[in-house]
Amino acid sequence: MSAAEDNPLLEEFTRKEYEFGFTTDIASDKIPPGLNEEVIKLISAKKNEPEWMLEWRLDAFKVWQSMKEPEWAHVQYQKPDYQAISYYSAPKSAAPLGSLDEVDPELRATMDKLGISLEEQKRLSGVAVDFVMDSVSVATSFKEKLGELGIIFCSMSEAIQKHPDLVRQHLGTVVPVKDNFFSALNSAVFTDGSFCYIPKGARCPMELSTYFRINEAGTGQFERTLVVAEEGSYVSYLEGCTAPQRDENQLHAAVVELVAKDDAEIKYSTVQNWYPGDAQGKGGVFNFVTKRGICETRAKISWTQVETGSAVTWKYPSCILKGDGSTGEFYSVAVTNNAQQADTGTKMIHLGANTNSTIISKGISAGNSQNSYRGLVQIGPRARNARNFSQCDSLLMTDTSGAHTFPYIEAKNPTAQIEHEATTSRIGEDQIFYCLQRGLTEEQAIGLIVNGYAKEVLNKLPMEFAVEARKLLSISLEGSVG
Amino acid sequence: MLQIDNLHARIGDTEILKGLTLSMGAGEVHAIMGPNGSGKSTLASVLAGREEYEVTAGSITFDGVDLLELDATERAVAGIFLAFQYPVEIPGVSNINFLRSALNSIREQREEEPLSGKDFLAKVKACAQLVELDGKLRDRSVNEGFSGGEKKRNEIFQMAMLEPRLAVLDETDSGLDIDALRIVSHGVNSMRSAGRSFLVITHYQRLLDHIVPDHVHVLAGGRIVHSGGKELALELEDKGYDWIVDNPATEKA
Repeated sequence: MSAAEDNPLLEEFTRKEYEFGFTTDIASDKIPPGLNEEVIKLISAKKNEPEWMLEWRLDAFKVWQSMKEPEWAHVQYQKPDYQAISYYSAPKSAAPLGSLDEVDPELRATMDKLGISLEEQKRLSGVAVDFVMDSVSVATSFKEKLGELGIIFCSMSEAIQKHPDLVRQHLGTVVPVKDNFFSALNSAVFTDGSFCYIPKGARCPMELSTYFRINEAGTGQFERTLVVAEEGSYVSYLEGCTAPQRDENQLHAAVVELVAKDDAEIKYSTVQNWYPGDAQGKGGVFNFVTKRGICETRAKISWTQVETGSAVTWKYPSCILKGDGSTGEFYSVAVTNNAQQADTGTKMIHLGANTNSTIISKGISAGNSQNSYRGLVQIGPRARNARNFSQCDSLLMTDTSGAHTFPYIEAKNPTAQIEHEATTSRIGEDQIFYCLQRGLTEEQAIGLIVNGYAKEVLNKLPMEFAVEARKLLSISLEGSVG
Repeated sequence: MLQIDNLHARIGDTEILKGLTLSMGAGEVHAIMGPNGSGKSTLASVLAGREEYEVTAGSITFDGVDLLELDATERAVAGIFLAFQYPVEIPGVSNINFLRSALNSIREQREEEPLSGKDFLAKVKACAQLVELDGKLRDRSVNEGFSGGEKKRNEIFQMAMLEPRLAVLDETDSGLDIDALRIVSHGVNSMRSAGRSFLVITHYQRLLDHIVPDHVHVLAGGRIVHSGGKELALELEDKGYDWIVDNPATEKA
């Protein structure tokens, strides 16, 4: 690696690896299970946080202690023992594997099918990445370009250190600490996440995604994300990854807050493929996420999600349409297979006049899974001429799976126009046979039919994400018709 | 090229084919006629490898290969095409994307290179012209919102694209007006060649005015009970099936 000596980029990269190496002493950096004020003080101290942050966490902890875990969702699971969880451990720092040959062959086969490049595969599975000039320079020039525009994109920990005023001004303003049991827990113990700030009038020239944060470690189970788009700005943010993500932490309770000021637009796309557990659902991730955005005048927030993983999903990315003329959108494909359970949907809260919302939800249930759409459309008394269109479709792959729809509509202004359409269908043996007769394999046939069904949502994803998401849908449902 | 011997098949507990024997040479067009419920569509489904139908006895050999050993996909790859009586709709999947996936899947399984975008589009253009399928229908979702006639033309369009060795047309004439019948028949006739055989299943002689068969068979009670040349179709149109079906002596004719 002599190239490193005369290339500053490579040098930087190498040094980062070295830093990483210093923190591998997991034993000394993990605190015992349990949650109390001392643990929260310890987390805050480890992260060298300012006093206000610690107080915020401690207040959240008090709130959380007074709350009960919600039970209204259409899911059944053994509630986690919150005192048996360790709330702080150093970033995952298992020794890098020497080569891809050491990676779980099943994982590799899936990644091959997804069309993930070898380089990317190495990164995802924790293989020491070769110093390929391209990937390093792309990430760096990307950061430079963002800097020129005044765009801040960094980890939440870094933001708390370097941009405390911005964080303090917005954190918890969209999802209040006391919003729900999991948001309170997250507020008390969040480990890391992303912070993104787009200044007035700036248009972020590329999709912001975790992809470019290649130097940063995994953000852990209590992720906290904050995106602030100032007046007239635009940003598209991608979260997650199509590759299967195995994690030893069973409970994931993330909070995502989006702030779209006047005339700003935020697109937030997620592909979620956490470990769903085995065929009986044993060992899968509990994904209890609170995601919400607030729109000021004429602002727009668009959520797009492809949910295929996790044993239990509890997730309702929502929009508060506070400003007049603001727009909220929710596009979702949720796939459940085997013993998976998903209760997901959205809330569109219309407060301002002439606000507009669109909900397109596509559920696909296979195996013995249960898939629920739960959505609230609320029109406030001052929301003159508010409009909503909702479409909730369910596709059943087996007669042992379930699809459920729980739509809630509350209209307090007589000028509101609300439309709700819902369908439930069973994947047709006839459709599959038609495809087989034309020379497609069963896997291809299901992929084609399911992707056609979910097309309206997939089309909303940024291009490169969409390609992988299509393949992911096919793979998630392999051999699942019955 | 196709040899069916003593074929017995059932769906659930109901035996539908009861000893069907049929032999077809390369390049030949055979018509299968017969009363409702005689097993015509079952024969088409069994040939295409539909799993709901269970073959309990007999054999089907296609180009020397035991067809019953192949699944539906493998039969398509071997060159068998079924034009469906009721083509299904696949919402959200464009006709063009569907065909490209099918064509390239077949090519891949035959260990051939995928067709380039340019060659594929040229082929689409030529085949669409054959059945006067306009651009809109090519880009719309598979069969979604198509009229009955458009669906059948789309079947023949797909057949032209996939160039099968054996095409089974299951009541392709049902629901067609005179113009659509002419267009569909023209498409089929243009594809007749020394290496390609057709099995045309129909209720009506009028289709056979357009697609002139080499042989006509009467299927009744799950067996071929009578065979003849193209003039047999005219005779059936005139006299109905009773004189054959009710008279066991003619069975071996």
